[in-house]
Amino acid sequence: MSSPLLATVSIENADLVAMVDALVTRHGATRGALLPILQDLLAERGEISTLAMQLVADRLGASPAEVQGVVTFYSFLGEAARGRHVIRLCRTLSCMMAGTRDVAAAFEAELGIPFGATTPDGVFTLEWTNCIGMCCAPPALLADAEAFSSVSPAQVGEVIGALRASGVQE
Amino acid sequence: MTIRTPLTLATVTPDAGLRAALERAPHEVIEEVTRSDMRGRGGAGFRTGLKWRLASEAPAPDGRRHVVCNADEGEPGTFKDRALLSVVPDLVFEGMTIGAWAIGATSGVVYLRGEYVYLRKGLEECLADRRAAGLLGSDIMGTPGFDFDIRVQLGSGSYLCGEETALLESLEGRRGEPRNRFPYPVVRGLDRAPTIVNNVETFAWVPAIMARGADWFLGIGTSASKGPKLLSISGDVARPGVYEFPFGVTIREVLTASGGENAHAVVVGGACGVCVPASDFARTISYEEASTGGAVIVLGPDRDLLDVAENFLEFFVDESCGQCTPCRVGNPVLLEGVRALKRGECTPERLGELQRLGRTMQDASKCGLGQTSPSFFLSLVDLFGPEILHRVPA
Repeated sequence: MSSPLLATVSIENADLVAMVDALVTRHGATRGALLPILQDLLAERGEISTLAMQLVADRLGASPAEVQGVVTFYSFLGEAARGRHVIRLCRTLSCMMAGTRDVAAAFEAELGIPFGATTPDGVFTLEWTNCIGMCCAPPALLADAEAFSSVSPAQVGEVIGALRASGVQE
Repeated sequence: MTIRTPLTLATVTPDAGLRAALERAPHEVIEEVTRSDMRGRGGAGFRTGLKWRLASEAPAPDGRRHVVCNADEGEPGTFKDRALLSVVPDLVFEGMTIGAWAIGATSGVVYLRGEYVYLRKGLEECLADRRAAGLLGSDIMGTPGFDFDIRVQLGSGSYLCGEETALLESLEGRRGEPRNRFPYPVVRGLDRAPTIVNNVETFAWVPAIMARGADWFLGIGTSASKGPKLLSISGDVARPGVYEFPFGVTIREVLTASGGENAHAVVVGGACGVCVPASDFARTISYEEASTGGAVIVLGPDRDLLDVAENFLEFFVDESCGQCTPCRVGNPVLLEGVRALKRGECTPERLGELQRLGRTMQDASKCGLGQTSPSFFLSLVDLFGPEILHRVPA
């Protein structure tokens, strides 16, 4: 532990510390392990907090600013907390041409939130995403780790139901 | 998975190419790949044999060299690598293993885009099977001293990481921002060691070339574009999906096969590609005429081409890393210009400025993103002038 302040804060966040240490053990205490560590951390906790970034930086011997730089670079990471389920709707050409906007409107109506937001109960986050390589069956989306293709506005309820039934995010 | 034509790759005898490669010296493998004249299937078209030779000749002070498979298939309209990773992952790994033998590498990585996370399990299982069969690990296929293994690492949502040096930065735990070149990755790549970075499809063709010989590959395609090519066809077509054609197929033939005869225009090469008008549908898909990593997006008669340009530029504004000024500043300016054109508020003088800006971005941007992001817009102005300019106020 490089800083006394971090040591003090860590005592109060023992579960986060334990998780970071477990991930560092799993992926290795090398800079090259940073993305896998951050990906798993986000999947397990739903957010990458400032303290988490400091802890990871400490364990990998990197500066917290560099870790924050990485977290904010990638669109699937980021500092904002996400809901338990993340729905990413593709907004690139082939999907747009097939009616993505109508699907988006159906999601917003069904969940009562705009894109970029999380439901107040913390269960669903709606995000736009760029091409997900499902252009042959548009409109397409990623729901957690699954791809859904040829989604019609009428099927939005089904997607949400499947996510509710699946329990926790993969 | 919608695969619309029989795939040659599905007929390749498993591990025959690897066996053929291991019966030869590494430099002979490189010579065979070089002789096939295969060019990179990701779109840039660099010669695979030359890349491998440069990596094999680059000094590796601690003896390490790496094989990296670029499975960060982010170009809008492209999905053929997803098909290959689903249908013939073994061939991709076999091609990487042949590459490792050729350049003397001991480690391999598949950089799989985060959007394809659902493919990971199947890939890991395939790798485990290959280890169990002695096709990865130590003394591969009973070849003493040939040790090589492959791991899968996920991306996290970044188009730019498909650029090979940004991909390497990402693998090393950094922001996916392109590096300066020189040196190229073949000299200093992953962890500063000589590295070959090849596209999924490029690796998949290698076992076929080794098993059937370079002459087989040379017998398909055009004078400067050898072999078969997988295309991802989407948009206003009756039968979207993955198609295999020999290089040199015309755009019109592609449209006939996919049910897009009604097309008004075709985007060849994805968001970084160009817009081809119906009068040019006799052009061929090839490095010499209409070059592409495989994306063909068909636009029907009712599509507004400025909507397409706007969608692509929104994409580039979002995906630009902001490192260099031409790309960071240029893309938003082009986007504003396209929106002004749509509103009929773009004067001919401003349009001329936008064209000059686009050409400056092509010349002055640091990496392929900013160098190619103006291409679609510029092709639109050049080839569809009357169609988009009628909205320009006099």
